[in-house]
Amino acid sequence: MSVSLASTTPPRSDTPAQPGESATVTPFPVKVQIRNVGFHYGKFEALKSVSLPLHDRRVTAFIGPSGCGKSTLLRILNRIYELYPNQTATGEVLVDGQNILSPGLDLNLVRAKIGMVFQKPTPFPMSIHDNIAFGIRLYERLPKSELDDRIESALRRAALWDEVKGKLRQSGLGLSGGQQQRLCIARAIAVQPEVLLLDEPASALDPISTQRIEELIAELKSDYCIAIVTHNMQQAARSSDYTAFMYLGELIEFDETERIFTHPREKRTEDYITGRFG
Amino acid sequence: MQLYVRRRLSNYVVVGLSLAATAFGLLFLVFVLGTLLANGIGALSPTLFTLATPPPGSSGGLINAIYGSLAMTAIATLIGTPTGILAGTFLAEYAHNNRLGDIVRFINDVLLSAPSIIIGLFVYAILVVPMGHFSAWAGSVALAIIMVPVVVRTTEDMLNLVPSALREAAAALGAPKWKIIVTVTYRAAVQGMLTGVLLAVARISGETAPLLFTALNNQFWSTDLDRPMANLPVVIFQFAMSPYADWQRLAWAGALLITAAILVLNIGARLFASWSGLEK
Repeated sequence: MSVSLASTTPPRSDTPAQPGESATVTPFPVKVQIRNVGFHYGKFEALKSVSLPLHDRRVTAFIGPSGCGKSTLLRILNRIYELYPNQTATGEVLVDGQNILSPGLDLNLVRAKIGMVFQKPTPFPMSIHDNIAFGIRLYERLPKSELDDRIESALRRAALWDEVKGKLRQSGLGLSGGQQQRLCIARAIAVQPEVLLLDEPASALDPISTQRIEELIAELKSDYCIAIVTHNMQQAARSSDYTAFMYLGELIEFDETERIFTHPREKRTEDYITGRFG
Repeated sequence: MQLYVRRRLSNYVVVGLSLAATAFGLLFLVFVLGTLLANGIGALSPTLFTLATPPPGSSGGLINAIYGSLAMTAIATLIGTPTGILAGTFLAEYAHNNRLGDIVRFINDVLLSAPSIIIGLFVYAILVVPMGHFSAWAGSVALAIIMVPVVVRTTEDMLNLVPSALREAAAALGAPKWKIIVTVTYRAAVQGMLTGVLLAVARISGETAPLLFTALNNQFWSTDLDRPMANLPVVIFQFAMSPYADWQRLAWAGALLITAAILVLNIGARLFASWSGLEK
């Protein structure tokens, strides 16, 4: 597998070699600190004491074979797992220093701050306009013109505006898969979150739509702290700044993407990214 | 080759048997509708919709029974739809896999298959006896009790068909649970839920036994819900069993009217269910 990393990853002479330590002095401070996070589905231990930082305005990719816990970890970061019974998380997830796993917090406010886009596009059964307006209306009462502006800017940021501007009143279900996924991204950023979680956002899409999503991620990272789970190694190499390799519920290695893909410290990481297992 | 021939032959046999069974079922449906049409068409006349049920030997219509059926079905629907939808929502969204949900679901299934005459007797005991007389209210309540489990069932089934990814997506935006149900889940399931309501309405509009014990019948035009009220099923029952030829003709006309109404409701439900495809 030959991936030209030099051309796709931006120069980062200012980032520390050991991310997470003294990170606050860099231009990309730690936004989310994951500390000793464990997770159980019933009795099954899916995550074992995972710790790593997510930097603001950087993209962190989570890679690893199926069942390694990368999606599980993402689902902890906005506590979406709590929709289901018998799932428990331990440890701390500090967002700007505040532990979002502490029970006293308002769950819905946490989720409004941390947007998420899922593997399969999930447009709501309503118009394109209402799909975007749904999230905005939850926490803000805006006059119509202002709401329309917010919707337009969200769709523009998601690179979907030109394709849908004439049919905002049509159902979001009528869009193609790639458009639906960009609609979901627009919906997530319309509520102005601080962190964006992407759970294999392009795995159900064709190569051209995938490319558009990746371009979009590169665009969006100037504003958000982005975490992306992906099965696609090239995608991780192309679009992320940091990469975390997970295996059997453990974090095996976390480093700058360039380093992970060129000089991994762990044998298992090397085996995985060179396609020897997984 | 031998095996292949044998498979082909058994395929023909199974297809043949299936077709025969289908034809057997359809035959009776056509037979029923044919008899109904043959006897009912001749009995149709404009006076059905203008005159009340007559005494034997004089001319009359069914307007009081038509009104009674419409009124009681409407009241039953007004009671049964919200109750059924809310209970179905509870089962699908709040008690999906807990013990209380299992118990409620089981009881609902029992109610769903309870003979309607038992429901009639029950309402007779708790409403008609204490009130001292038959009434349209009691009839409506009996029909509503029959309707609720049907609506609960279809509502729960339709909500369960909504992919959980949709709920997750709404929750991930910070929407509280009730808001997700009302604005996203209901919207995704509305066609199926309303189809279930229409089918339940069709079901109760032909019920006879529960009305015999509750609304009874009324020979005259009456809109007083506190009094006995005429209705098509009981009128058909009484008139068809009578020795008078003109009453029997009215019974056939009434039977045709009910059948036509149920057919329209069923077709409406079908159209409604497929209408979602057009919107996409």
